[in-house]
Amino acid sequence: MRLLVLLVGSLAMIGPSCFAADGDAGHGAGIYQRCLACHSLQHSRSGPRHCGVFGRKAGTLPGYAYSQAMKKSGIIWDETNLNRFLENPLKTLPGTKMAYAGVKDAKDRADLIAYLKQATRDPAICD
Amino acid sequence: MSDVNLQTESAADRRSFLSGLGKITLSATAIALLAGQDRVGLIGSAKAQTANNDVAILNAALGAEQEAIAAYQLGAASGLLQKPVLDLAVQFQGHHKEHASALATTVKKLGGTPVEAKKTYSFPTQKLKSQEDVLAFAAELEKGAVSAYLGAVPILTDRELARVAASILGDEAMHWAVLRQALGQNPVPTAFLA
Ligand code: HEC
Repeated sequence: MRLLVLLVGSLAMIGPSCFAADGDAGHGAGIYQRCLACHSLQHSRSGPRHCGVFGRKAGTLPGYAYSQAMKKSGIIWDETNLNRFLENPLKTLPGTKMAYAGVKDAKDRADLIAYLKQATRDPAICD
Repeated sequence: MSDVNLQTESAADRRSFLSGLGKITLSATAIALLAGQDRVGLIGSAKAQTANNDVAILNAALGAEQEAIAAYQLGAASGLLQKPVLDLAVQFQGHHKEHASALATTVKKLGGTPVEAKKTYSFPTQKLKSQEDVLAFAAELEKGAVSAYLGAVPILTDRELARVAASILGDEAMHWAVLRQALGQNPVPTAFLA
């Protein structure tokens, strides 16, 4: 089992294509439950709503009070910078008020991002 | 809760005894929190940054607690919950209130400003049609809260605050398990929480 995990892990690393393209969105939906204390797809809660986050400039969702750090970050959200941010938010973006240790496992992050990519632009969820 | 019987002397005594107990519990928590604060009191500027981070973490947790309080309020007022589930919901809401007040106090002690509860929350009210729906909704919030505290414990700089966060995590994990049990689900589905 361990070996299998290692194998899959290294295969994923060999592939030059983007991690998220290979992510397992089904598994990612489970990982997204960790975010549900503060976020939802449709509504801003203590964290901003996630619908439409890909391609959105960080810290610009109207009506949500972001930290200065997020507003000034200049980030436009894509797979690569989400992957970096979600690994360790406070370290990647000091001063962010997303006070969360992060998703440490690279495969979990890839799956999560694959899920987010679908769900945040799913017309059945996001209007 | 019925206040009707509390008119007699012995009931009144009992009530003051109970509220006294409540105060003792709270101040024990407060002492635990204060222990963390004293060390932060000795700070230079590097440590001040650290205290700021801890404030941000506690404020994020406070926001989630406030939402949970409002969610249980919605559940309790929905008319969908029957006893004894209704009593549980009220009790769990009480725990969240205690968490919120302890967190807000600590944020202030650390020199921060506690976040305010929102005036309104976007809850999926149209989907809450039965006791089961309400319980499932509450279970999801409790699970989310466990994850949030799990995300907070390793990054809180002050070890005493990390301990307090872990103790709240334990409480919310118990809520989660009881709600799952009430839903007829496996109350403790995994050996590890994420
Ligand atoms: C403890 C609460 C909390 C948790 C848990 C949390 N977040 Fe956040 N998140 C926030 C807050 C608060 C912000 C706003 C940050 C700021 O303004 O600095 C935020 C911001 C973000 C942003 C930037 C959005 C934008 O509009 O620019 C993304 C993306 C994000 N979170 C994704 C996630 C994902 C994915 C997870 C789960 C792995 C997660 N968050 C878990 C609180 C949280």
